[in-house]
Amino acid sequence: MRLEPIANPSPARRLGLPALALVATLGVAMLLALVAGANPFAILGQIATGALGSKLAILETLNRATPLIFTGLAIAVAFRAKLWNIGAEAQLYAGAIMAVVLGTGALGSPLVLPVSALAAMLAGAALLLGPVLLKTRLGVDEVVTTLLLNFIMLLFVSYLLEGPMKDPMGMGWPKSTPLIPEARLPRLVEGLRLHWGFALAIIAAVIVWVIQTRTTLGFEIRAVGQNPEAARFAGMPVNAVMVKTALLSGGLAALAGWSEVAGLKGHLSSDLSPGFGYTGIIVAMLALLHPLGVVVTAIFVAGIFVGSDAMSRAAGVPTYIADMLLATALLFMVLAILLTKVRVVRG
Amino acid sequence: MSAGQEAEVVLRLDRISKSFGALKANDAVSLTLRRGEVVALLGENGAGKTTLMNILFGHYVADEGEVQVFGQPLPPGNPRAALAAGVGMVHQHFTLAGNLTVLDNIRLGTEGLWSRSHSGARDKVERLSRDFGLAVHPDAKVGRLSVGERQRVEILKALYRDARILILDEPTAVLTPQESDALFATLRKATALGLSVIFISHKLHEVMAIADRCVVLRHGRVVGEVDTQTTDKGALAALMVGGELSLPRAEARVAGPVLMRLDGVSTPDRGAAPGLKAVTLDLRAGQITGLAGVSGNGQAALAEIVGGLALPASGRIVLKDTPVTRWSPGEALARGVARIPEDRHHQGSIADFDLTENAVLEGYRTRFSRRGWMNWRAARAFAEGIIKGYDVRCPGPDTRIRLLSGGNMQKLILGRAMAPGPEVILANQPVRGLDVGAIAYVQSQLIAARDRGAAVLLISEDLDEIMGLSDVIHVMSQGRLSPGFTRGTMTAAELGLWMAGQKFGDADAA
Amino acid sequence: MSEIVDILISASFWAAVIRIASPLILATMGELICERAGVLNLGIEGIMVIGAFTGWMAVYQGMPLWGGVAVAMGAGMLFGLLHATLTVPFGLSQHVVGLGVTLFATASASFAYRLMLPEVTSPPKIEPFQPLEIPVLGDLPWLGEALFSQTALTWAAFAVAGLVAFTLYRTPLGLAVRAVGENPAAVEAQGLSVTGLRMGAVIVGSGLMAVGGAFLTLSAFSSFFFEMVNGRGWICVALVVFGAWKPGKAVLGAILFAAFDALQIRLQQTDLGAVLPYQLFLALPFILSILALILMSRRAEVPAALMVPYNKGER
Repeated sequence: MRLEPIANPSPARRLGLPALALVATLGVAMLLALVAGANPFAILGQIATGALGSKLAILETLNRATPLIFTGLAIAVAFRAKLWNIGAEAQLYAGAIMAVVLGTGALGSPLVLPVSALAAMLAGAALLLGPVLLKTRLGVDEVVTTLLLNFIMLLFVSYLLEGPMKDPMGMGWPKSTPLIPEARLPRLVEGLRLHWGFALAIIAAVIVWVIQTRTTLGFEIRAVGQNPEAARFAGMPVNAVMVKTALLSGGLAALAGWSEVAGLKGHLSSDLSPGFGYTGIIVAMLALLHPLGVVVTAIFVAGIFVGSDAMSRAAGVPTYIADMLLATALLFMVLAILLTKVRVVRG
Repeated sequence: MSAGQEAEVVLRLDRISKSFGALKANDAVSLTLRRGEVVALLGENGAGKTTLMNILFGHYVADEGEVQVFGQPLPPGNPRAALAAGVGMVHQHFTLAGNLTVLDNIRLGTEGLWSRSHSGARDKVERLSRDFGLAVHPDAKVGRLSVGERQRVEILKALYRDARILILDEPTAVLTPQESDALFATLRKATALGLSVIFISHKLHEVMAIADRCVVLRHGRVVGEVDTQTTDKGALAALMVGGELSLPRAEARVAGPVLMRLDGVSTPDRGAAPGLKAVTLDLRAGQITGLAGVSGNGQAALAEIVGGLALPASGRIVLKDTPVTRWSPGEALARGVARIPEDRHHQGSIADFDLTENAVLEGYRTRFSRRGWMNWRAARAFAEGIIKGYDVRCPGPDTRIRLLSGGNMQKLILGRAMAPGPEVILANQPVRGLDVGAIAYVQSQLIAARDRGAAVLLISEDLDEIMGLSDVIHVMSQGRLSPGFTRGTMTAAELGLWMAGQKFGDADAA
Repeated sequence: MSEIVDILISASFWAAVIRIASPLILATMGELICERAGVLNLGIEGIMVIGAFTGWMAVYQGMPLWGGVAVAMGAGMLFGLLHATLTVPFGLSQHVVGLGVTLFATASASFAYRLMLPEVTSPPKIEPFQPLEIPVLGDLPWLGEALFSQTALTWAAFAVAGLVAFTLYRTPLGLAVRAVGENPAAVEAQGLSVTGLRMGAVIVGSGLMAVGGAFLTLSAFSSFFFEMVNGRGWICVALVVFGAWKPGKAVLGAILFAAFDALQIRLQQTDLGAVLPYQLFLALPFILSILALILMSRRAEVPAALMVPYNKGER
């Protein structure tokens, strides 16, 4: 077999195939339900109701979507430049740490929120800077270095929680001292359990979208991602673009951790992120790396998680079905996107 | 050595057709090859020669038609079957693994994957290289060989498999005239031993020199089949391009001041590719300076220096009497150096960007943005201007550039480079792979730029192109630069000796 | 300092080094085969999890230990087939597919675990591989304990490394694999199938990764935990680079790495461990991996076609 580029893919092909990928994912969900001895149609309904069936469920989904929008944006920005940042998990914790460092009394209101957000972004950016410089200077593959940094960061967090940041009132539970009230993100609407982080995430998505489509940096990021050799030949500062991309990406990922601590939890713990950094890859890929699409897919992915939790309690299908579905969706989607651009021909 | 009619037919291509999308690459092409015969397959770029041979060799499957080798039909799409039937192919782009030795490259695929390696291979390779005059060391790493040596390995690969039919795709493109003669000698030895050869080329004089018969392809069809004994170059050329179409020839002009000078520039070697060895070169206003040489002799390093992609390890770059201190692609552009890159697909354009985005790749910072904000309206107008001014055939500025033909892609790159009114123009293989119409267009634009007073550096492996366009010709060999030869003072054979590096010793001694 | 010397000359230390190195050697050989053929397999982490889970579960369900190894290998090859199908004929991004396979494999193991053992709070134990009694060598003082008190799976790991090296450098198959990672066009021109070779390499390599994972449950520990692979797969990717894509050097790298790992565990019990946080010791393997990558970055001879998909139509 051979792949042949399609000159002008029809709209049916461009939209139909990704849709088919999602349908196929649903098929897998039903198959897994059968394996688990549950009613395949019932569990789809239970996931949907669990995610969107009540005001409480919707708010829970949006809360869960907030860090995913940030990490999804971080990945989308980086992957656009073919910078394989798999370290969003570590950058997230870097942001969370800064929220605690500055939010537990070191600064008073009203400075504390903007300053800690900025510090979080800087910390996340700094964390990605190392791997990117190793890539541009020495050619060290950033996938492996960013992955390894995730493990180092988790151990560092564990050290902080047992040492310098340990909550004296924590009764042995590894969590940090709680944030002062001024360092917490307020609720978006009084009385509803949804914090300002969600709104900030959407604002961030719009800003990233404007950067990508309207600015020279966005043009450079896309050019470097598509063909670094041509970009360099045309006079673009390829390494500088990589570094700027890294700063943006690391900063966005850090905001995920910052908003989780400042908005949702109020303290740092080592289970702050159930893999938001990795799930961000799925969010970004499902959105075809489009920043506004990230908002939609993040909510979708969050809905799958929240809905699966509810479904699992009701139907007894392990909640890990959510992880399987999302991984499946990712693989189906990359294949579907390819097939919108090429057709498979014989010989 | 003409093959008589009585000689056995070893290969028959019968009404082969192949389409790629809307493009009909081969349209009912038939061809026969007899024992001991050299048949040239002649045609300009894009005529369908390479497609036809890829079908014969099983890389592609024909839509229609049949291939017969020694009277047996060849199963389609199976290189292994073609090899087993005695067809050997020397590709234009060598298919060698640089990390392996010569012997390993030759053995690759000849033994059962699950068997032990057998020991007779080395003896056979050594015997073949003696018999056919193909000197190369079996234990040398292929990555370290010269281009000429690699071609010998490719031919040895085919001979090692006892090929009876050799297909050579543009084999002389990478050789000096002298190396080409050596290749021809090898081919004559091969035909004397009963092998048959298909020789793909677009160079008429070579076809006349080596082939017994010549099949001419145009737009995927056979437009003529002639005996080389009974024809001449003019008739072949007319067949090939379909009527009279002459390439522009530049007339001599008086040169202006030096706009760019390389002053004793050296760069380090890169693996098998030599760096520059104290190169001094003047590029004058109103002059086309041609740089001839076999590919891989330092032209790439020179192009990188001129185009701003590399800095000299020693020596200076002087622009209009001012030595440059900072040097980068952006700096080169800002100082009026335009570049037409060697590889338009990978260096000159971004495949999935549209024409507008590709048009502003070089000027987006200075001309199509303000304070970091892109001005897409101006960018689009600029692209439309190039499309109109340079006759880029396309649906519009929103088309992805990957959908354009090579010629139209090159016209866009040309328009982009010429737009700021450059003083120095680096044209690196500007017409390689283009059809005759596009070649004529690109070359006439280079001449027009010269006539406006620009200094043009033309790098090409095609000696005919260099000799047709250049006011001054330099030759590169092993990173060294020959003196400049004024138009009309050197023959191709003399330049060939410089290309082979032989004359450099003389010059040093003198 | 004397504490470190004491550790380094103890036989139990070296026995631990070889034990820790074994799964790394298996998985590194798997990754090396893939990369030599031109495919970066980032599915390694998840495939190791699958190997650890399926091998253990098979034995828990009553299969013999070697049966568990075979099941793990088969499961790994299945995920390798998934990876290979997407990255070789379809030529999809090896980064994205690899991570996708890791996420999918890890989730599959967790899902299957919860499905098969819905109620348990701590995972059941199995009877793992026991050290082989080697007649004469095993009785040698010091050496007997240091080198010859290992399980059969450890011996298998070293045998696999030898077999990989022999195949790569001494057989036509290995020649073809080395060629396809350097220039697939060369392989196709010689009548071999690029797709077949690459897919075969990824599938076999993934099988070895899974056996590396199974070592953890069937030989090192006797049970399965969700986080037990804990980045070992990524470390193996680094070890391939450190070994400059050569089996011998990669084995040495794995042993060196295991030595540091064994050392840090022992150092935690010394005075040093009282002063420094234990997390620093645990982070040491990951820090070392990054340092190894930096160290080798300039010298490594990367297969030229690594991560470059091959499509017949383009040349």
